[in-house]
Amino acid sequence: MSARPIATTRSAAGMPTGRLAVWWLVASEVVIFGGLLASYIMFRLAHDAFGEQAAHTNTWIGAFNTLVLLTSSLSAVLAHQAAERGDGPKAARLLWVTILGGATFLVVKAFEWTSEIQHGFTISSNTFWSFYYTAAGLHASHVLAGAIAMAFVAKDAAMNRDLHRVELVGIYWHFVDVVWIFLFPLLYIAK
Amino acid sequence: MATATEVHGAHAPGHHVEESWVRHYLFSTDHKIIAMQYMFSGIFMAVIAGFFAYAFRMQIAFPNADVPFFGLVSPGVYNALITNHGAIMIFWFAMPVLLAAFGNYLIPLMLGADDMVFPRLNRLSYQVFFVSIVVLLASFFVPGGAFGGAWTMYPPLSAKGAYSLTPLGSTLFVSAVGLEFVAFLMGGINFITTAMNSRAPGMKLYDVPLVIWMIVIASVLFMASVGPLIAGAVMLVFDQQVGTAFFDPDRGGDPILWQHLFWFFGHPEVYVVLLPTLGIVAEVITTFARKKMFAYRTVLYTVFGTGVLSFTVWAHHQFVAGIDPRMANIFTITTLLISVPIAEMLFVYIATLYGGSITLSVPMLWALSFIGTFLVGGVTGIFLGASGSDIYLHDTYFVLAHFHYTFFPIAIIGGFAGITYWFPKMFGRMMNETLGKVHFWISIVALNCIWMPLFVLGTAGDHRRIYNYSHFPDLWRPELHNIRVFATVATVVFFLAQILFFYNFFRSMFRGPHAEKNPWRANTLEWTTESPPPHGNWPPDAMPSVYRGPYEYGHPDRKDDFWPQNVPA
Amino acid sequence: MSAEHVAHHAEAHHHPNYLRVWAVLLLLLVVSVAGPMVGIQWVTLITAFGIAVVKAYLVAKNFMHIDVERRYIVYLMVTVLVFILLFFAGVAPDVMKDEGQQWEKPAWKAEAAVPAPSHGAAH
Repeated sequence: MSARPIATTRSAAGMPTGRLAVWWLVASEVVIFGGLLASYIMFRLAHDAFGEQAAHTNTWIGAFNTLVLLTSSLSAVLAHQAAERGDGPKAARLLWVTILGGATFLVVKAFEWTSEIQHGFTISSNTFWSFYYTAAGLHASHVLAGAIAMAFVAKDAAMNRDLHRVELVGIYWHFVDVVWIFLFPLLYIAK
Repeated sequence: MATATEVHGAHAPGHHVEESWVRHYLFSTDHKIIAMQYMFSGIFMAVIAGFFAYAFRMQIAFPNADVPFFGLVSPGVYNALITNHGAIMIFWFAMPVLLAAFGNYLIPLMLGADDMVFPRLNRLSYQVFFVSIVVLLASFFVPGGAFGGAWTMYPPLSAKGAYSLTPLGSTLFVSAVGLEFVAFLMGGINFITTAMNSRAPGMKLYDVPLVIWMIVIASVLFMASVGPLIAGAVMLVFDQQVGTAFFDPDRGGDPILWQHLFWFFGHPEVYVVLLPTLGIVAEVITTFARKKMFAYRTVLYTVFGTGVLSFTVWAHHQFVAGIDPRMANIFTITTLLISVPIAEMLFVYIATLYGGSITLSVPMLWALSFIGTFLVGGVTGIFLGASGSDIYLHDTYFVLAHFHYTFFPIAIIGGFAGITYWFPKMFGRMMNETLGKVHFWISIVALNCIWMPLFVLGTAGDHRRIYNYSHFPDLWRPELHNIRVFATVATVVFFLAQILFFYNFFRSMFRGPHAEKNPWRANTLEWTTESPPPHGNWPPDAMPSVYRGPYEYGHPDRKDDFWPQNVPA
Repeated sequence: MSAEHVAHHAEAHHHPNYLRVWAVLLLLLVVSVAGPMVGIQWVTLITAFGIAVVKAYLVAKNFMHIDVERRYIVYLMVTVLVFILLFFAGVAPDVMKDEGQQWEKPAWKAEAAVPAPSHGAAH
């Protein structure tokens, strides 16, 4: 019963099933983040005072986190390249580098938020901060989920099993990176 | 005499697996079992929501009297009853039965596949769905009680415990809805990927049965529209529990944002539930009219167009909320426009019937009544879609009658059509035809007796969500109240008639005459395998290939009046 | 399954130099951080959001290989983005106003009445 069904191996749409599914997942996530960010942008454009609050986000930490995520996307795509060549152990190592990047991102964010909360910028202190924590928090939860999924794929890849999944988890990871690429200017630069 | 285990647990020849009842029924990854899990859960929840409707209709008809089998319906209880009735019927009955149950059951079978492409994700989706049921039911028992701020959850009523008086129930309600969304997102990805990739060899896109197209398109509409509301649900829970003010105008928020987030999803959602029923009706009428679909590709393209259009009409739910009047103009135009493709599809169905060799079997009776009743619902929507007339009719019983004349056909009539049609395949038995017809006639007459008078009440001024009309002197008149009582009596009759269905359903499941592979002599692939299908649906070395479309009935070159898809030319 | 996978990517053998792409992304990041320091608002907007779009495009094309994917994936992504724009277009006329026909948001109006304090050169 746990054997892969014949259905999974078919590809009438011209793409392996797993990859097709990940693209649909990405599409549904685009709408989730899109809805949240569209709401944020509406509020931001309507409230001049948001700019005053946004001045208190730390652009350098945001930029550092952007650097971390961009680098982790690099290691993810290099892992995919290794998997393509059939080198499972190398792909696994690169995936672990990516996971490390995700972990770094989350740790930095934890310190960042702690500092902001201690300065009195809590989720309920102002609608800007409500959006800030909600949007970044939703993103962070996706980073965490992606890192966990990636760990499972890395474990298998190290034993040269299911190497096609390296690319799939990579596509998801790049999407999470793209969301941050937009979050960074929205929350940190536009002041 | 086949036992229940044998009926459900039939395996492909030579493949015998000793499985505990728990592993087989509760933790299965087989799409057919998961479909049954969704179906039975959905029907269970429908009974609960139907009971709620009985209780609140009794309160309206006989205010402040003890409702038999329920007790006293106070204003707070009334609000909780109508809120949860609405939410359960849409999220925990219509979607699980029409989309998840029929989708799960039919997609692999009609496409000639052995299962969904991700069986374990499929099982996970049901488990998350199950948790959403538990969370919702839990909200009934927490301090403060169940949420009563309407299924639309508008803030600030839904956001502030001081207003809703159900601080805990409100959060459980929103969370349950959110979990249900996650379950259906997972299921949707499974459905779409399976339908795109796992078609039988030779099955081109235009050979796919309409019900599968409809379910897949519905899944796409769901996935594309639910995102903003998921974001909104997170924002609402934060407003409720964490002190944010996303929707609180006093602190920089905007309650209208919630309305837009909700209805941006809410409107495509009605097409999400409509499409599977349109598909079920398509399958039933072609089979029992022995005639091909009048214009398969037209229907398909129309559904694509309707799907896209459905994203442009949402604010017709907000005409009187104070939205920008220029937007009201735009949304009126788009809303009236969308009635055209839907009407056109109903005409195509009627054209399909024209000249056909019609058998009035029980599924066919349900399918035909869908066309008639949904037409009433659709036409009355025009009065609501035009912003001018909506100003008068908004929040009256006219709206209620309109959407029940659409939702009833979609969920109840469509559900019965599907269940009576595929019952032989699902359970290997035939349902009793006579009982089915008696159930059908009583239900249809009762349902029209409930809802037709409510149009009258609505235009006479009956507001929605009022627990006691004796508080409104201009509405507390015998000629109006007699109608309310009449509708309530019809409601009770309708519920009692469902006992016939349940008796028929369960009795036939265990004692009905055995069904052959293809009792309806239909063309689609599910009828080429055993009733019920074994695990894997077909032997792995005998998976079907497809040579033609699904509606080749009455073909002149054939002796039989049907031509199954898997028979070589 | 993996044979098909390898075959698919055999066509796309001309994969980009990932390290180079990464370097460009970092350079763009530096520009986007430096942009606000110039002090002109439209420069900031272009460097912040224009660059975000360019970065997203580079990631999608070079890392996600969306350009060698089947075409319908691109259509899918464009479609969902269009839906987000549609959402924005339909909602902004209401959410971005502080008063309308027979309603107002007093808290918003009060906030707008207070002149925003100047906060440094970066605006």
